[in-house]
Amino acid sequence: MIDLFAWLILGLPLLAAAAITLFTLPDAAKSARLSIGAVLLAFLGSLILWARDATGEPAVTWLALGTGTGGLQIELGLKLDPLSRLMLLVVTGVGSAIHIYSWGYLHADRNRGRYFAGLSLFTFAMLGIVLANNFLMLFIFWELVGVSSYLLIGFWFARPAAAEAAKKAFLTNRLGDFGFLLGIILVWAALGTLSFTELEARLADDPAALGAAASVAGLLIFCGAMGKSAQFPLHVWLPDAMEGPTPVSALIHAATMVAAGVYMLCRVFFVLAVPGSVALELIAWIGGVTALLAALLAVQQNDIKRILAYSTLSQLGYMVLAVGVSGASRDPSVAMYHLTTHAGFKALLFLGAGSVIHALHHEQDIWKMGGLSRRLPITFWTFLLATLALCGVPPLSGFYSKDAILARTLESGHHGLFALATLVAALTTFYMFRLVFVAFTGPAKSQAADHARESPPVMTLPLLALAVPSVLAGFWGIHRVYGAQYGAEPAAAGSWAQQLVEPFAHAPLAAGAGLAAALMGWLGAWAWYRAALQDPLPARFATVARWLRDRLYFDELYERLIGWTQESLARLADGVDRWVIMGVAVKGTHGTFELLGRLLRLAQTGNLQTYAFVLVAGVALLLFLVMAR
Amino acid sequence: MSVGLTHYLVVSLLLFCLGLFGVLVRRNLLVMFMSLELMLNAANLALVAFARYHHNLSGQIMVFFIITVAAAEVAVGLALIVALYRQRRTAHVEDLASLRL
Repeated sequence: MIDLFAWLILGLPLLAAAAITLFTLPDAAKSARLSIGAVLLAFLGSLILWARDATGEPAVTWLALGTGTGGLQIELGLKLDPLSRLMLLVVTGVGSAIHIYSWGYLHADRNRGRYFAGLSLFTFAMLGIVLANNFLMLFIFWELVGVSSYLLIGFWFARPAAAEAAKKAFLTNRLGDFGFLLGIILVWAALGTLSFTELEARLADDPAALGAAASVAGLLIFCGAMGKSAQFPLHVWLPDAMEGPTPVSALIHAATMVAAGVYMLCRVFFVLAVPGSVALELIAWIGGVTALLAALLAVQQNDIKRILAYSTLSQLGYMVLAVGVSGASRDPSVAMYHLTTHAGFKALLFLGAGSVIHALHHEQDIWKMGGLSRRLPITFWTFLLATLALCGVPPLSGFYSKDAILARTLESGHHGLFALATLVAALTTFYMFRLVFVAFTGPAKSQAADHARESPPVMTLPLLALAVPSVLAGFWGIHRVYGAQYGAEPAAAGSWAQQLVEPFAHAPLAAGAGLAAALMGWLGAWAWYRAALQDPLPARFATVARWLRDRLYFDELYERLIGWTQESLARLADGVDRWVIMGVAVKGTHGTFELLGRLLRLAQTGNLQTYAFVLVAGVALLLFLVMAR
Repeated sequence: MSVGLTHYLVVSLLLFCLGLFGVLVRRNLLVMFMSLELMLNAANLALVAFARYHHNLSGQIMVFFIITVAAAEVAVGLALIVALYRQRRTAHVEDLASLRL
């Protein structure tokens, strides 16, 4: 019964996507109803799975070649454990809110059918990643997520920027996925199985089973997460992906898909955490560098969605950092904790931004907003709540998960990374309140902002719904659920008051530092942006501001690098074609035979007596050879 | 001095070489044709001489065949030369370097 349920949750969005594509594409209302219905039912199913505390692995054998450890045996199965069940709730829960919101956001678009088909396909693929019980299945859904992301970023494909962004996202992801695939093959070659359960058992039996390849395998698998979760140096696609519709940004590029990388790292944590592997150390630093880099870049962005995109990057960096520093405790649950709370408040931020953009008729520059707190009250208050959660202000959810990461970093002895993470916390508050001050307070800086009206209930209700987990998720014991996954002894849930101050009791230094950093960031934003009509930073720190605004020229660097590589390869190929194939092979053959023909033609005089002479000479030669013996 | 096989063979060789020389250096088709006949007859002479000295009649029979075939060849060859002459108005091999008429 439970097995059927799990398959049903996975299959419903696929059914919806297929039905929309095949039958109801031109009918926007029907398509939306199908898509929203499917995701709501999946949410309901996830709730039931959650309530029944279901565990297990319903599986069907898909492909079996050979037997024993040498053979290839692939089972398509679903893994039900605390990790996947809670992640199911996150994906379908946030997904439901965003599906509904999309109906309001895209009410004027003629291609809503296609949009909802893409959204359902994405939901299917994302649920597949969450439920997969082996590497191969994970990889298949991993790619499906990439495809649906491509389709949705490029939803307005008539706009060149959107088409470019879709391509960029897909190709960058492919780059990471290539490493991921190599890592999967490496693990399979070393351990002979792809099933997570068996892999974990084998590595538990013999931690040295991977041998010297452990670090390489770990890093190759991390490559996949690097692409999907947009970690440095493959972070360039995520800000550009904001060309897609805002609900897509909220669902895919903030709450779920980009979190898939972190989820995957937690799912296969046993591969990364084998003794002797340096993978986790590197992962921690890449996460830290991404967090800092993205936070810095966010400071000088002016597009409301791009600020949020860099903020997402920065938070993903936090999660990856959390995975990286969890090697000693063998428990990356803090990363999943932050992923879960982040999914709620970041989706809320994006939907709030979408509501602003919608109200301002697709104006995204924060310097053309201003004074929106009075005109869009629901949007403003929910946005402010999510901002406070993101900045880590107690008692909102972000405070607890971020503090858990800071505490874990400090406990694991990575003091450099702890300082870095604290700095990022200060920057986070700074750029988020820069956004809030500039966009929502002060005078209206454009006509559109002056005439903005609150969005319809179909958009504001999802905002209110998402505000609930943003505020309360810190008290739901999420970290205990994830902790159970990794065998941590379940701590007794205290009273509300105890939970409220738990971080201060557990790791006062981390909690204090995080709060102080947030306060500093807020003071900075308050001092500079409280009543600013234009950005004061470029005037003060011209060079730095320009570098940050231009994203430290990573795109240009990659463009040059790829352009140069491409150009060199093309030149090489051209040279080979021109000289080797055309020159030696084709012209050489042709020339040799041409020359031979010309020579032989000299013998063809047409004179009978020449022929006769040659014949006689030949006979004489033969006679001579025969006789002379 | 008695005339032996060697004498006949030398005469045959001389005749053959004369014929060959004629074929190689004379320009007139008819003369070349006659030189060819000379080469055939040089061979005939050698065959007859061998038959006589080895007391084996096979050589003489072979000669009959060669004469017969040569007669037929002459008939065809002369006819061809006449036809060629009618077409080209020449019997010089140097003017007959092309297969095209």
